Amino acid sequence: MSEANSAATLTGRFYDLHEHDHPEGGSTMLGFWIYLMSDCLIFAMLFAAFGVLGGNLAAGPGPKDLFDLPLVALNTSMLLFSSITYGFAMLAMQRGAKAQVQGWLLVTALFGAAFLSIELYEFAHMIHEGATPQRSAFLSAFFTLVGTHGLHVTFGLVWLFVLVVQVGQRGLIPANRRRLMCLSLFWHFLDVVWIGVFTFVYLMGMLR
Amino acid sequence: MTSPDQSWSFLFGRLTLDSLPLHEPIVVATFVAVMLGGVALVGALTYFRLWGYLWKEWFTSVDHKKIGIMYMVLGLIMFLRGFADAVMMRLQQAMAFNGSEGYLNAHHYDQIFTAHGVIMIFFVAMPFVTGLMNYVVPLQIGARDVSFPFLNNFSFWMTASGAALVMASLFIGEFAQTGWLAYPPLSGIAYSPSVGVDYYIWALQIAGVGTTLSGINLIATIVKMRAPGMNLMKMPVFTWTSLCTNVLIVASFPVLTAVLALLTADRYIGTNFFTNDFGGSPMMYVNLIWIWGHPEVYILVLPVFGVFSEVTSTFCGKRLFGYTSMVYATVVITILSYVVWLHHFFTMGSGASVNSFFGITTMVISIPTGAKLFNWLFTMYRARIRFDLPMMWTVAFMLTFVIGGMTGVLLAVPPADFVLHNSLFLIAHFHNVIIGGVVFGVFAAINYWWPKAFGFRLEPFWGKVSFWCWVVGFWLAFTPLYVMGLMGVTRRMRVFDDPSLQIWFVIAAIGAGLIAIGIAAMLIQYAVSIINRDKLRDESGDPWNGRTLEWSTSSPPPAYNFAFTPVVHDLDAWADMKRMGVPRPVDGFCPIHMPRNTGAGIILAGIATVCGFALIWHIWWLALASFAALLVAAIAHTFNYRRDFHIPVETVEETESARTRQLASLQGAAA
Repeated sequence: MSEANSAATLTGRFYDLHEHDHPEGGSTMLGFWIYLMSDCLIFAMLFAAFGVLGGNLAAGPGPKDLFDLPLVALNTSMLLFSSITYGFAMLAMQRGAKAQVQGWLLVTALFGAAFLSIELYEFAHMIHEGATPQRSAFLSAFFTLVGTHGLHVTFGLVWLFVLVVQVGQRGLIPANRRRLMCLSLFWHFLDVVWIGVFTFVYLMGMLR
Repeated sequence: MTSPDQSWSFLFGRLTLDSLPLHEPIVVATFVAVMLGGVALVGALTYFRLWGYLWKEWFTSVDHKKIGIMYMVLGLIMFLRGFADAVMMRLQQAMAFNGSEGYLNAHHYDQIFTAHGVIMIFFVAMPFVTGLMNYVVPLQIGARDVSFPFLNNFSFWMTASGAALVMASLFIGEFAQTGWLAYPPLSGIAYSPSVGVDYYIWALQIAGVGTTLSGINLIATIVKMRAPGMNLMKMPVFTWTSLCTNVLIVASFPVLTAVLALLTADRYIGTNFFTNDFGGSPMMYVNLIWIWGHPEVYILVLPVFGVFSEVTSTFCGKRLFGYTSMVYATVVITILSYVVWLHHFFTMGSGASVNSFFGITTMVISIPTGAKLFNWLFTMYRARIRFDLPMMWTVAFMLTFVIGGMTGVLLAVPPADFVLHNSLFLIAHFHNVIIGGVVFGVFAAINYWWPKAFGFRLEPFWGKVSFWCWVVGFWLAFTPLYVMGLMGVTRRMRVFDDPSLQIWFVIAAIGAGLIAIGIAAMLIQYAVSIINRDKLRDESGDPWNGRTLEWSTSSPPPAYNFAFTPVVHDLDAWADMKRMGVPRPVDGFCPIHMPRNTGAGIILAGIATVCGFALIWHIWWLALASFAALLVAAIAHTFNYRRDFHIPVETVEETESARTRQLASLQGAAA
């Protein structure tokens, strides 16, 4: 009897006998963080390329000829505002206010779209002046770095609209909350990258 | 941008009938053979009505075990292709003397050495190690699947998609003629205007998405899903090396993605990152790609270091000597692998101080590697070693890899490297470590874990034939390359002037022939084992008296791996449980929460293949359409919220009772 007892104890010590469902999406935030770090590395490479090639003007136009700092400042403020409004969306999510979440998301999208429009205007202006990506290694690196950031914002916008629909359809269920958290990380990450772009490309470009 | 000498049409881009290499008899014959084989395969699958089974049970499966096996199958198929390239090079170089041009023209030969390298690294070694990690890691840590099961399926199909593009280049157009790392300016649009480099770029980019995601997935799995009690210093060594490997993957593949994207911009938009003019810098490409490339070497070899550790402790019947130092050695290698990349181009002219720094770091990295070897040796010291096939491969690895390691340290000395750079000595060195390390390790792993995966052991006779042919063939094939490399013969040569060299190339070709017999014997080993599977059946689930958790479940494991999650109290958890005589739980089962299969992965990867093909051939409408389709399909998939289900308790009870009966009859037979 005692032998059977100790055998059962042993089994209980070496096996988790109380089976339970694993919480859904328990690894998602960690996984998304790691993904963001891998994306960060792509930006690091583009920054490195800009660092190496940024001075190679090939007798073409340089930062001082091309950059319009007040416009870039306006652009930066658009992106920073969009991060604040995304923060408001997350606060609304914590309160469980579905309509407010959707509202703040749309405001965020508006600021994001304004950022992209100003960036596209800037690109168009430069290309019109003959400062194309093909003109010099500096311009190749500039357009690729800034353009890659812009592409990220574009995909962030697509994702944002999908979430507005999904929150509308299913409300703030755990899966949607998790997705909103991921997009939040992504959006703020792009903000941080832009601070790097603003500092290293635009501000330091004017000092070169 | 289409270069002016090429025709371009809206509908087909650069693709014309002339793109088919009908003027190359070797390619045409291969094409016919592949087509006949393909038709036979499709016919057989249709005749035996296997398509539904394959789709339901394999292609759409999110089970890490099935995905692991699919990775291994992909690796094996591509291995045969990559080896065929190797044999063609060996024959060409053995023939092209005394005015003979050999049988391959320069255009074809250059594609072959490029394809050989690309395929062997990206589509053989990578699928093999990823497949092993996928299959083994969740079982070793007592988990039911990986953290992101759908992503796992998607990653596999993206890798397969890249492989499909490389294979397509054989028959539609051409592959790159640049060497496996596609250095600009040769790989730029000015010197490689055709589709070869574009095949290279898009195959690697698409496969790279899969590799990066699978790296993220396995890190999250190892960090988050270990069985209770398994703290980091109780993890099996293979899981440790897998963790470090996946950290390396996530921290290095984005670099490859970025550098290939910049090359793409140079080729498609006309930017000047790596051009010779307008301020571009080809040297930056060489730096960036080796910042990925050197960690990649350790991505391949760390998992097999884990395999050798598991095999050594299992077949010596004792705990691994110096587990802690093994873990630290692995971590140190992981970190140091980022500070040695420049030793791949000492001759680029970075100056004596830079070269010295990287020469010293390279020599330093051999210290933790040496520590590992001593740990294996001390594990074997005074052990009752069982020389089954996995252990034989391990011993062959130790003897072979040490030589490769020492020639590597020799190359790490910058002045010596100036003499040996780009010579056959280098070729011999890295084949010495990749075949002697990675390939031998994968074979050890296949022989070791096959019974777990399929429920029957591999038959040893043909395995031993394969072993001896491989080991002897390897040395026969590569010793001449060491010799010629010291004499100054450079790599990637198609014809030779000096007739005294021919004998060395003939010996190397004989070595390659012996390896070919080794590969044939390996395939026979698999076939014979499958035919005789009833005789080789592993009823116990623990055919080698293993020490880690994967041996505690049945062979093959049930879909849910473990009916009850094991609780870990010691390193070598299963050996601990056997020592304590822990009875297996036979009742009180519960329904088990599992991820649901989905076709989204294969569909997305299929669209990505079309998109890649369209981009390669400049078929812009198709590229746009397929990219849009990719986006829509991906978004549609996010609207699927039904990702999981429960295996009903009746099914679990049925499976586990069958297992109880199996173990009881095994015990009865033993008594």
